[in-house]
Amino acid sequence: MSEGFGAFVRAHGGEGRLVVQPRMGFGDPHRMREGLAATRAADALTVGTITLDAHTRVGHLQAVERALRDGSDLNGYPIVSHEESVTRWVLSAASGPGFPVQVRHGSAAPADIFRTLTRLGLGASEGGPVSYCLPYGRTPLAESVRNWRESCEVFAGLRERGVEPHLETFGGCMLGQLCPPSQLIAISVLEALFFIRHGVRSVSVSYAQQTHPGQDREAVAALRRLCGELLPTDDWHVVVYAYMGLYPVTEHGAYRLLGQAAELAVASGAERLIVKTVAESRRIPTIEENVAALEYADRTAALTGRAPDPGADTQTYREAAALTEAVLNLHPDIGEALLRAFRAGYLDIPYCLHPDNRGETRGRIGDDGRLLWERTGALPIGRIAGSHRARPVTSAGLLEDLSYMRRRFDEVAVEHRTPLPVPGTRGTGAG
Amino acid sequence: MSGTPDTTGGRAPDHAPRTVVVTSMASDAHTWNLVFLQLLIEELGYRVVNLGPCVPDEVLVEECRDLRPAMVVISSVNGHGYQDGMRVIRRLRAADPLATTPVVVGGKLGVTGDEDSERVAELMAAGFDAVFDDGADPAAALRGFVHSLQAGPPALAGRAPAG
Repeated sequence: MSEGFGAFVRAHGGEGRLVVQPRMGFGDPHRMREGLAATRAADALTVGTITLDAHTRVGHLQAVERALRDGSDLNGYPIVSHEESVTRWVLSAASGPGFPVQVRHGSAAPADIFRTLTRLGLGASEGGPVSYCLPYGRTPLAESVRNWRESCEVFAGLRERGVEPHLETFGGCMLGQLCPPSQLIAISVLEALFFIRHGVRSVSVSYAQQTHPGQDREAVAALRRLCGELLPTDDWHVVVYAYMGLYPVTEHGAYRLLGQAAELAVASGAERLIVKTVAESRRIPTIEENVAALEYADRTAALTGRAPDPGADTQTYREAAALTEAVLNLHPDIGEALLRAFRAGYLDIPYCLHPDNRGETRGRIGDDGRLLWERTGALPIGRIAGSHRARPVTSAGLLEDLSYMRRRFDEVAVEHRTPLPVPGTRGTGAG
Repeated sequence: MSGTPDTTGGRAPDHAPRTVVVTSMASDAHTWNLVFLQLLIEELGYRVVNLGPCVPDEVLVEECRDLRPAMVVISSVNGHGYQDGMRVIRRLRAADPLATTPVVVGGKLGVTGDEDSERVAELMAAGFDAVFDDGADPAAALRGFVHSLQAGPPALAGRAPAG
């Protein structure tokens, strides 16, 4: 069996080393091929990405065809619509031993996508029944759970072709910001368990950088501990995402925040990092901007050491463990347990507009920069989380919290540590 | 509490003239823009029905036909705003009661980040009442548009805005 995505990352990442990955996707096969080749050639330890376009994500294949016919830009690679021979040609630029490629999509109905990946022998993807459903649309959660169960089973069939399928949970990124870490961790672990129960044996768990480095290190430590306790396999790793909320608009701000994400990943023992670029706040980044971000993250990682373990018995761990345990106790079938959990409010994503989310919880940024629960609704952590006085939410207050990181990182003031010099401004104007 | 995004509706027909529909379009999966817009428009004195991200065309048209809102605010930040917007506005205008409903669109309308006045003109010609391209301050622009509506036909008047 060829070395799969999971085996590659576990062999090369962790213990102070970091595998870095872009979130790259282009509609044009030539550009996609070029992007993969440039990712591979970057001066960093990389894996490749094909991010699919939004029409494919929601199954609007006619809209893809219209766009391809009219020459309109798509915001990602339409893998289901392009001929398989075209995608094989795209992959032949780079994909192979030493450079696994992950397909990223964001779909709550991904069966067609997974069938395509299985035919192509593409062994790595990501998502999850909760994280690719609730934040992104109106597909009922029960339907997403059914779809993801089927998709895992289809994807597991890759083993017959000598490829070990790998799935990453997107649960650690729910809505990108203002969800306190414990619930991100719980959903990430629960989705990994879901994948494993449905036949995928190699998994990774995500965690998105939030607003406070100390809290983030605690969170990754809690995530690792819970995975060690609950996942019935050793074939797992942690992937950190550079901040998923409103990104700094200045070049120095964007790089400082990316640098902090790389430091978090290395310091907490994570094996892989998904980068963001200087263009993030404005538009889809160019290939050059992606390469610059990968190389910057790699250099920052090389200068960072493993931090002392923040200890296992943190509040973040206690909350995450309580959430996970309460959900698992609801039903032996994990898909059913997730459905019951959202109905009962044992899981409840702050500000998520999906009809299956109760919407009784709120997160906010505390004075010290940590993410706090402002309201815990029916989450089974009331006593652990303590209570904060709930204030009315205003558009201005929300915007202030949403733009907290952008504001802080765009400021010129430099922190105690001197960050690496920002790479030159190449790539500007190439968009 | 007024800040709680209301996704379920609770539709009372007598409130319909003061209801604003906030929505994304079919391919757009972003939420925060919608949560922010809901709070902003509630603060201007309207009740908001927030349809959330990735709203299929049929759902959008059906909800608007049922609700007869004072205004429809469409937000698009995934780069498909122009394509989706051209399709959606035609469907909304083709639905009888929505022929003259104020409909606005804002966000990131293309994928290149360039200003594109030609596309804005096309969207206006296709039936939008205002297009707020991601530029100076879309929130202020929207506030200004709502104020101009409130000064306009009486059916559209909401409570006097706080500021």
